[in-house]
Amino acid sequence: MRVGLGLRNRRAVPWPAVPCLAVQEFRRAVIDATGAGGRVVSLFGLPDGPRETRLVAILADDARGELDALSARVSLGYPALTPECPQTHLFEREIAEQCGVVPEGHPWLKPVRRHPPDHLPPGVAPRPFDREAYPFFRIAGDELHEVGVGPVHAGVIEPGHFRFQAHGEEVLFLEIVLGYQHRGVERLLESEPAARGVLIAESIAGDSVIGHVEAWCGALEALARVRKSPRAQAVRGCALELERLASHLGDVGAIAGDIAYAPAAATLGRLRGECLNLLMLLSGNRFGRGLVRPGGVAFDVPDDMAAASVARLERVRAEFDRAADDFFANDSVQGRLDGVGVLTASGCADLGLVGPTARACAVPRDVRTDHPWGVYRYAHIPTATAQAGDASARAVVRQLEIIRSLEFLIEQLPALPRGAPRAALPDRLAPDELTVALVEGWRGEIAHVVVTDATGGIRRWKVTDPSFHNWSALAAAMPGGAISDFPLCNKSFNLSYAGHDL
Amino acid sequence: MLRRLWERLRHGADTLPYPGGTPGFPERFRGRPVLDPAGAGGPALDLGACLFSPDEATACPEGALRFTTEHRLASRTREGLVTATGELPSPAALQGRARRLFGRSLRLRSVVAGSCGGCEAELVALGNVVFDMARFGVQFVASPRHADGIVVTGTVNPNMRAALEKTYEAVPDPRLVIAVGACAIGGGPFRAGPEAGTGVPAGIPVDLYIPGCPPHPLTILDGLLRLLGRIEDGTRGPRG
Ligand code: SF4
Repeated sequence: MRVGLGLRNRRAVPWPAVPCLAVQEFRRAVIDATGAGGRVVSLFGLPDGPRETRLVAILADDARGELDALSARVSLGYPALTPECPQTHLFEREIAEQCGVVPEGHPWLKPVRRHPPDHLPPGVAPRPFDREAYPFFRIAGDELHEVGVGPVHAGVIEPGHFRFQAHGEEVLFLEIVLGYQHRGVERLLESEPAARGVLIAESIAGDSVIGHVEAWCGALEALARVRKSPRAQAVRGCALELERLASHLGDVGAIAGDIAYAPAAATLGRLRGECLNLLMLLSGNRFGRGLVRPGGVAFDVPDDMAAASVARLERVRAEFDRAADDFFANDSVQGRLDGVGVLTASGCADLGLVGPTARACAVPRDVRTDHPWGVYRYAHIPTATAQAGDASARAVVRQLEIIRSLEFLIEQLPALPRGAPRAALPDRLAPDELTVALVEGWRGEIAHVVVTDATGGIRRWKVTDPSFHNWSALAAAMPGGAISDFPLCNKSFNLSYAGHDL
Repeated sequence: MLRRLWERLRHGADTLPYPGGTPGFPERFRGRPVLDPAGAGGPALDLGACLFSPDEATACPEGALRFTTEHRLASRTREGLVTATGELPSPAALQGRARRLFGRSLRLRSVVAGSCGGCEAELVALGNVVFDMARFGVQFVASPRHADGIVVTGTVNPNMRAALEKTYEAVPDPRLVIAVGACAIGGGPFRAGPEAGTGVPAGIPVDLYIPGCPPHPLTILDGLLRLLGRIEDGTRGPRG
């Protein structure tokens, strides 16, 4: 039974209509909903008067395409949800860190990004804070050893710290400490003018520029009641699929590189570059910066550019097919990928995983299908899944998605609907409203949840990158595996540090 | 196996002929910005603060700022990125001992410090078959002890500052510091935030600044090759 306020992707609802429940009722509702197959899209706090924080949960019923918003007012602490609802574990740690509210009874209450609280309600003094203090988990034993890696890595890799408890080659436990890329994105989105906000949104995760700016614009457009032309929607969909294509090609190539299969690594790396170059043709930047703007797109796609892009994509398709045939049909490749970093469908549900990681465990979660927006309401992309939940399955899901994104682009680009590329946005947003903008980025669900204040200013801008859900999956997939498999396992997830750290 | 070999032969080489053949950038590519009309008394452009976004052009008074497709942007000094005319001096090559040590072989350690990941993606791309930085003897290495210098990306936020300083200290002298991207030069899009830094801190002297958000791989490659004295074509005017 639903107790929250029902809403849909990118519809704004009045903030006062979001039920404010007693904390026990709020807990029950979230625990029951997730127990019945629901999913936590986001759970966060916002200051709500002196010494008070409002907890807000956005839940998804993916089968019905519905979202649910509910809230509760808490003071300095509340009974944690995590013991009964594991998928809230990182959200509750985040609430503790951002708002200074203690989820009592949380089994793993450690810092998430290591910064002083930035959403503290008025009247609460911040506790003393030490950036370096982090209580590591340790397993003691004469035959056990500990391996620490990072934050500065051996290659060109974003900073993060991985600490293994190992018995010989076997990993018993992996603890992942992040926050090194923290830049204070949410506070900046709440305080900077929109003209600057769009550049920050494009810089949440540099390899998911389109995904995040699409969600950022989607939220603004919902709050401003702006309708985009069918043409703008289609161009934005094409940009998002190009981003997915480039990233998946790069990921499969990186997996090939990691298992020393050089021909596929070289070809796929080059094809990734070709897709980035197509984004540059459209937008002037290899990651599509500057293209997606509130109300539509800053650049139109003229017919000759669309035709040239399709011709180049056809070549990418032909080359990819050859490279993929060679790579995926190779026994030694399969032998190396099978059984590495296995996740189960039930583990996936418990942790609330998203994107190709979930789909590789046969969980058909995809915002484009479950909560479609823009062009995806008309042009359906079938959801790709695989069964095994291992590195091989994660590669196969990407392969299928590469094929389907190519089909989508080759179909859409020559037949872009008419319309103005960009609609004007009013100066003011609707006051006292809440909206949820979801996007299926190439790593999975990107969520921006926005609450406006009484004057239409931004009261809270909550960003949830798919990596925020999925880093736990990497930690869960390693125990029992060999420490030497870590680089490969890590590549098979390819999570974002910047997207997690904000 | 034979099929694979045949595939390889059929395909030929993919590496861009660089330097030499300048690649065609698409018309919309946003390289070096210029002011129209350029000149005396007008505002100065700071490439270190520029995010190369179309919004910056539209925010400027009627047509004053426009982006060219010129990808060569690097400078040896911070002031060298500020220009009133849109002209940029070519960065001076290393001289003497540094040139002898690094000119034909440069090993770099990457330090990512509070970035969005975009600049690193382009650094990684430099290693692929298209840009193939290794053919110039430039490589990323796994330890600061093996390195001749560091490449810094990101705003150098409080959470990474100590790690950056330690890595810098661990690189043996003489060592180079290369700041890649708007974030490492001045904080980029995050420069207003308390949890972001404003780029490489004063205690770590920078030898080469490469602007962009992120810089195109060829912008990075061009800067590195000029630093090493591997491009001295003077196409960017007097060396300074
Ligand atoms: S300069 Fe731009 S691309 Fe590079 S790290 Fe900063 S925001 Fe990302």
